[in-house]
Amino acid sequence: MTQEFRLKDEGLIDRSKKISFKFNGKKYFGYEGDTLASALIANGVHLVGRSFKYHRPRGFYGAGVDDPYALVQLIRNNETIPNIKATEQELFEGLEAKSVNCWPNVNFDIGGINNFLRIFLPAGFYYKTFMWPKSFWYRIYEPFIRKAAGFGVVTHEHDKEKYEHKYEYCDLLVTGSGPSGLASAYSAAKNGAKVILAEDKPRFGGSLLTSEVTIGNQTGKEWADKIVTELKEMPNVVVKNRAQVFGYYDHNMLVMSERISEHMPKTEKFMPKQKLWYIRAKEVVISSGSIERPIVFGNNDTPGILLSSAAKEYMKVYGVLVGKKPLIFTNNDSAYETAIEFKKNGINPIVLDSRKELNSDLITEAKNLGIDIKFEHVVVNANGYRKVKSADIAKISEDKTNLGKIENIACDCICVSGFWTPTIHLASQSGGKTKFNEDIDAFIPSQSKQNETTVGSANGIFNLNDTLKNSFEAGYELSKKITSKENKLSVPAVVEKKNSKHDKFWCVPLPKGKKYKRFLDFQNDVAVSDIELALREGYRSIEHVKRYTTLGMATDQGKTSNLNGLQLVSNIENKVVPEVGHTTFRPPYTPVSIGAIVGREVGKHSKPTRKSPMHSWHEKNNAVFVDAGLWLRPRYYKKGNETLFDASKREAENVRKNVGVCDVTTLGKIDVKGPDAAEFLNRVYTNAWLKLPVGKARYGVMLREDGIVMDDGTTTRVSENHYHMTTTTAQAANVLSHLEYYLQIVWPELNVNVVSTTEQWAGAAIAGPKSRDLLQKLFPETDCSNEGLPFMGFIETKLFGVYARIFRISFSGELAYEVNVESDYGNFMWEKIIELGEEFKIQPYGTEALSTLRIEMGHVAGSELDGRTTPFDSSLEGLLSKKKDFIGKRSLQKEAFISPDREKLVGVVPLDKKTSIPEGSYIVRDANAKLPNPKLGHVSASCWSVEYNNPFSLAIIKDGKNMIGQKLFALSPLKSKSIPVEIVSSHYVDPKGERVRS
Amino acid sequence: MLFIKCPYCGIRSQNEFAYGGDATVKRPELNKEISDKEWDDFVYNRKSPRGKHLEFWHHISGCRQWFKVHRDTATHEIFKTLKPHEEL
Ligand SMILES: [Zn+2]
Repeated sequence: MTQEFRLKDEGLIDRSKKISFKFNGKKYFGYEGDTLASALIANGVHLVGRSFKYHRPRGFYGAGVDDPYALVQLIRNNETIPNIKATEQELFEGLEAKSVNCWPNVNFDIGGINNFLRIFLPAGFYYKTFMWPKSFWYRIYEPFIRKAAGFGVVTHEHDKEKYEHKYEYCDLLVTGSGPSGLASAYSAAKNGAKVILAEDKPRFGGSLLTSEVTIGNQTGKEWADKIVTELKEMPNVVVKNRAQVFGYYDHNMLVMSERISEHMPKTEKFMPKQKLWYIRAKEVVISSGSIERPIVFGNNDTPGILLSSAAKEYMKVYGVLVGKKPLIFTNNDSAYETAIEFKKNGINPIVLDSRKELNSDLITEAKNLGIDIKFEHVVVNANGYRKVKSADIAKISEDKTNLGKIENIACDCICVSGFWTPTIHLASQSGGKTKFNEDIDAFIPSQSKQNETTVGSANGIFNLNDTLKNSFEAGYELSKKITSKENKLSVPAVVEKKNSKHDKFWCVPLPKGKKYKRFLDFQNDVAVSDIELALREGYRSIEHVKRYTTLGMATDQGKTSNLNGLQLVSNIENKVVPEVGHTTFRPPYTPVSIGAIVGREVGKHSKPTRKSPMHSWHEKNNAVFVDAGLWLRPRYYKKGNETLFDASKREAENVRKNVGVCDVTTLGKIDVKGPDAAEFLNRVYTNAWLKLPVGKARYGVMLREDGIVMDDGTTTRVSENHYHMTTTTAQAANVLSHLEYYLQIVWPELNVNVVSTTEQWAGAAIAGPKSRDLLQKLFPETDCSNEGLPFMGFIETKLFGVYARIFRISFSGELAYEVNVESDYGNFMWEKIIELGEEFKIQPYGTEALSTLRIEMGHVAGSELDGRTTPFDSSLEGLLSKKKDFIGKRSLQKEAFISPDREKLVGVVPLDKKTSIPEGSYIVRDANAKLPNPKLGHVSASCWSVEYNNPFSLAIIKDGKNMIGQKLFALSPLKSKSIPVEIVSSHYVDPKGERVRS
Repeated sequence: MLFIKCPYCGIRSQNEFAYGGDATVKRPELNKEISDKEWDDFVYNRKSPRGKHLEFWHHISGCRQWFKVHRDTATHEIFKTLKPHEEL
């Protein structure tokens, strides 16, 4: 294919590097430096997709971030990526892209029928059409909308690309490298500030790449190149292209996404696809420029109609003609630059200017070049379906309400210029106020909230001389505040063409009897008639109009549509635009890949994984792991073909019969030290702590101030002023924060310090009737007898030379001990226990067996202490001291907490002694009662009792222990189960607790 | 993301901190007889002001110290940070 619309030698592309690519399966060529859009236009392709709602043909409207609808599906390195803007995607060898929103293909699209049915799809059509009947939603409406809507298809595959996050601090962040950005960055950098300059395009320079100006003795582009080269060499400056600052957040934090490798066929090894920069800037210069505004007329979304500035950029940057019979439609001078550029390249444009004949540097130049200019003329309607073929034009009256005789002229593109809209998204996101500037019919930033300064055309300044002067000044003043240096540069002299005043005209009236669709928002297919309808239906607030009609929504964020929408609303409402106000600008300014936001915190790296020092032993011995918070804990150790049920039953039985060992490293451990430690514990726990002797452990319960149980565990007095506290695995972090709160804020007079020691100790629980025999083997020098180490006793000793702590505490209800050694010796300890335990038939047991053992003993844990239960509810009232005050005690008097129908802890056994009761089941009196069946409570934990060889559950039910002996039902609607049960004591095994003391 | 000055460590990003509630609420003294109303005011009742608010933050991924932050809840402006027993 020849590139029929490629100019001979203009542009910044590299014609020596030919690149082949595919669009909708067809092969084309472009050059290095092209975007997908410029390469397609060079090949005469203007039809890229179908619109969102009506499936109207879509082409290119802009040349960069301003384009609302040239969205394609990109296939890169075997991955498919939706929502890619063809005007931003750089061409690379082998690039493949497809149209979106069309089926079966872009030229013949079934959904295009919506275009003819559009009378049924007016504003708010989602709300109206799909409301009724309700049952249609899932079966008919939703699948239909899903198939017909959206900008491409996401893949269900994992994203194989890497994304990085970077945190950066600077004195000055400059968002955009046009003349204002370059001047501010340069002036600040030369004054010693640490500067980051961000440019979203591949090329630096912004408008200087396409404007005919002189700065000093150089062209605009030469000056830009020189400044960028110099900035890049300065050690205090970071210069980034392909980097979009898309969000302005609190305390001057901005987020920038840098496209590192999307312009390459694939991401190189060790290279991310994108990098997300979190930049904390002392000062921000917003130099984001401005976007040309459309003029609204009939069928103004036809492919081939685009912004005049885009047409100029395609010529000057990419050496591409958007058409050979151009019509230029303008209300201001800047479109004349486009006309002149066409003319210089041998093309004869026709200019329609809505203004009365006038003169300026540019108009005179155009006239001198012999360009055909029709003043007081407008485009009324564009003809052509897949590409514009001709335009209906007419003379317009001075008050812009009456059209003269309509004339048809042939054209293959219409370049539109309705003046300029400052890009104030970032300034507005920063929380700053905006004001409407009557001179330019647009909003500009007014009052800053954060440390931010807007310069150049983003601030409504459209001449280069003022822009450079202001920006040099801004860079200097802002840097001086930070560096206290006074190295001020002189502003170079500028030669530019003076513009005449633009025409406050934005919408062509409809000729009598015509109902042309006139679009405001090209991305969301919002037409003038939609806004009119919304207002007729009573919508007034611009925020409501936006949501009802979808004007300015989605990825485009109203870049080209906002102001014309506001003009329309204010015209209908007989208000001025500032009275209508604008909708809130929210980040992101441009779409951001989810992958970039996630960064490296993906899959198992989404959170840290904590492993005990014995982890590798567990792995080698077929442990099946379970997540316990961040920890990985063995759930059971699989032997042969065992199921979870088989294995946990075997492990629990072995604890009851012989001896088992469980890794309890994950339990939270906190060292509590200081002369007031006992007093502190006495206030934190519900029971008495002042008289606990050295060398003894005690079980304790802590409440929150609202009386709900927070956590439980044992705490041991290691020495006079030193306690070793344990918490549950889940609550370890909360308990530490809780203790710190009381020590630092509530009772600072207490001389106590707390520190987490969870990771310092490896813990093994040795439980079962033979645990003492094993312990004696492990510690032959130590007296492990019931007298030497009684229940709740504690000793410090040596495990074959290694410092060890033994606590005689039990979670399983069996005679049990917990041995702690320093983490580095954890594996040594574990292997010794297994080795010496062999003769006692030791088996390791996991969390599942651990649960079984505690449930049948009636020990409460997380499923009972679920943040809703008081000590009365969870059978812990015996631990409430009457003699002293403690955290949460005052709340226990609350009426609701002592009410007789509170739900309390009991045991539940199925009458058939066979059917396991699903956790979460309801306990009810009558299984067949009318719904809603009055609920007595719920089943909190279930196990297979190894002691009695039948199912056993804990439940929290009304009237608690008084219900023991009652025959009730456990209902699980989720599992469709209705199980007759009997309520029993929660202490199902060894209710007197003799074993732990034996 | 806020930028918070820990009185002990200096300025750090918000993700190092945990919010800790209203700093004007004082826990009633231990062993003191108080009414249900006073206790409820301490445990449950909080104002949710738009504007200036004195609150506790905890430098949870830093020095582990609790401290006070004087912040505007609408604009997020932070006027001052103080140690727990310093007054505004
Ligand atoms: Zn700190």
